Amino acid sequence: MNESDSKVLMFGNEAIAHGAREAGCYFGVGYPGTPSTEILQVFAKFPGIFAKWSPNEKVAMEVGIGASLAGSRTICTMKHVGVNVAMDPLMTFTYTGVVGGFVLVVADDPGMHSSQNEQDSRILGKFAKMPVLEPADSQETATFTKQAFEISEQFNTPVMLRETTRIAHAKGLVEIGKWQEPIRGESFEQDNSRFVMMPNFARPRHTFAEKRSIELAKFSDQFEGNILELKSKEVGIITSGIASQYIRELLPEASILKIGMSWPFPAGKAQQLAEHVKRVIVVEELEPYLEEEALIVGIACKGKEYFPREGELNLDAIKLGLFKAGLGEKPAEPPIATEVIPRPPVLCTGCPHRGIYMAIKKIKADVFGDIGCYTLAALPPLSAMHTAFCMGASIGNAVGSALNASNPKKPTLAVIGDGTFLHSGITGLIDLYTSNANATVVIVDNSITAMTGGQPNPAAGYDLMFNEVPKVNLRKIIEGIGIEHIFEIDPYEFDDAVARLKEAVAFKGTSVVISSRPCALFPAKLTPDPYFVEDACNGCAACLKIGCPAIFKTGEVTEKGLAKVAIEESNCTGCSLCEQVCKVDVIHKMVKVKGASA
Amino acid sequence: MTDELTNVMIVGVGGQGVILASDILCEVALRSGLDVKKSEVHGMSQRGGVVSSHVRFGTKVYSPLISTGTSDAVLAFESSEALRFTHEVKKGGLLIVSTKKIKPPSGGGKKVAAYPEDAIEDAKKACLGTVVAIDAEKIAMELGNTKLTNTILLGALSNGLEITEDVWKETITSMVPQKTIEINLQAFEKGRAF
Repeated sequence: MNESDSKVLMFGNEAIAHGAREAGCYFGVGYPGTPSTEILQVFAKFPGIFAKWSPNEKVAMEVGIGASLAGSRTICTMKHVGVNVAMDPLMTFTYTGVVGGFVLVVADDPGMHSSQNEQDSRILGKFAKMPVLEPADSQETATFTKQAFEISEQFNTPVMLRETTRIAHAKGLVEIGKWQEPIRGESFEQDNSRFVMMPNFARPRHTFAEKRSIELAKFSDQFEGNILELKSKEVGIITSGIASQYIRELLPEASILKIGMSWPFPAGKAQQLAEHVKRVIVVEELEPYLEEEALIVGIACKGKEYFPREGELNLDAIKLGLFKAGLGEKPAEPPIATEVIPRPPVLCTGCPHRGIYMAIKKIKADVFGDIGCYTLAALPPLSAMHTAFCMGASIGNAVGSALNASNPKKPTLAVIGDGTFLHSGITGLIDLYTSNANATVVIVDNSITAMTGGQPNPAAGYDLMFNEVPKVNLRKIIEGIGIEHIFEIDPYEFDDAVARLKEAVAFKGTSVVISSRPCALFPAKLTPDPYFVEDACNGCAACLKIGCPAIFKTGEVTEKGLAKVAIEESNCTGCSLCEQVCKVDVIHKMVKVKGASA
Repeated sequence: MTDELTNVMIVGVGGQGVILASDILCEVALRSGLDVKKSEVHGMSQRGGVVSSHVRFGTKVYSPLISTGTSDAVLAFESSEALRFTHEVKKGGLLIVSTKKIKPPSGGGKKVAAYPEDAIEDAKKACLGTVVAIDAEKIAMELGNTKLTNTILLGALSNGLEITEDVWKETITSMVPQKTIEINLQAFEKGRAF
């Protein structure tokens, strides 16, 4: 019997989209962020629904709340750090409760594959008093998404579905279910005592939320996703998410409480486990969240004493932890990897960020940076960015530094992408202008959200469902603030970019440089339009300093023993920046001869 | 428990088609009636980084990640990447490596680590299993299209896995463009001949 006939192999993120569609979710909203992005991209392709990106996570949350209040079943997606941005409306939404079921999907990134920190969102769920579901594979991700909508409407609360990179971007088998007709609201029904959260109305809603928490705690103990398997009496493991998979593989005989709803913590089931076994061990990724919840309800247990709090867990880390806990043999020393030349991520060939960063490097400034592909410019050989905190931070950081550094050695620059500027840079720019601080903001405008795979932003003119929509005009936004010193440049024109930057920096006060060129990958990948290097290359390496992946050392050397370079034809998009920096004029555009083979 | 599982890693450089190849392998296992999981990290790989995909199949798969040094087979689309992942091959396992070399961007630094020109020889010395090196790109060109490279390498990988040739061919037929089915099947057989 072939069990797989009815099942499809899919990523956790695809499974969430399918689960939402099966649950009759009508409205999807979010902000792209690895590893959450694909959820809405998959959802947006289903018939009968509506899906969109918002300019940032706070707006996405507010739009989602509005959709729920209008009566629609709503899914809202973001990465872990995005929830920080969305926390303000969320903290009050858990008081008002929902009209249409509301599921917030949060994708955490243990190990920081593509993030600036590895915060554990389960703690935020508890803080906000919202149920937290924690799936452990693609199937559970689909099932929990459906259950999350039920819980949301049954208990009148937004629900958090918390996944991690290893769930979002791992494939497993999922049973495809039936689609329910999407639940779309008809009209917003006014109810000021519920939806106007001024003190007198908010106090009783807080009382409501506390009562709901008690009911949810009872529910958690009955929830079928909290699975208690009583086997060995020696040891009981409390575990959740991806860690539960490793435990099931390594300790098939152990008694396990596999947590699916991590807030409220299923205290009754945990006590049952504790009564059955001699000792309880908690195995979870990141923070000792379950461990602390177990301790609070009086269960003696240990977890982080044996298992790391940082990074991703894996089979090897669990084996080592189990050994430390006295539950396994000492694992054999893992085989040693051969050290091989690294392949750090680099800006693509033809990337418009390269030219502007070359110019920025030339003027020698303190560069307050931001989040996007251009964060890579902090690495050699460009090394032209000096901070990166969170989305939109660059401008505020520059304001603070400019206002406080009494004798700055270098000009103050903030560099921010178009998407990040629209996400949360505008308010920073207002602060810069109105505080009279002396700084230059460089907007590196590639007209797309590139880092996460090319999602449209409000300057794109189309939306997630590829409908044509109005687009914002960056220059007019800046002019609207009152800023007069605006310089527009083409990052492929190196000398001009340097000259304009110098002009902008020379102005005492707020100046803005808009450096515009479409992304080399999205929406369309640039095609080869190659340059080549003459034999006369003198090995000066000026072109290597631009960090283009198409330029390589040939292995040949000049008479002086310097390495000659060449350009990989198939990878060169013809941006011409190497030609512009070549000191001996040996780089030229390749002339295609008709009829010649490639 | 792990004895019943097959662990395969497919590795290479962003843009080489690692993800698609691992999808084909998953489909092959699925069509053989097995449970399958695979894991990889997206993100910055698009920009020339290292890509590694873990594929595990058997009666029941829990972890989507393979434990270090326990891969039954590692398929490397690039020579130096084969060396980077040689230690993942278990004793008696198989390392299939394409002789293709992709040098990382030189960068501007004065002391950039050298690309391992003898990666395959080094891998042969370090590997606890059998190393099979294939100039797959050359064979693909002989067949008329370098895009067939990965199919050739999958053919070579198929030798080391207990999955019938029929299932492989059936899967390839269903997953490649209609017009290229015949040539892909030829490419697969060329690889399987190694």
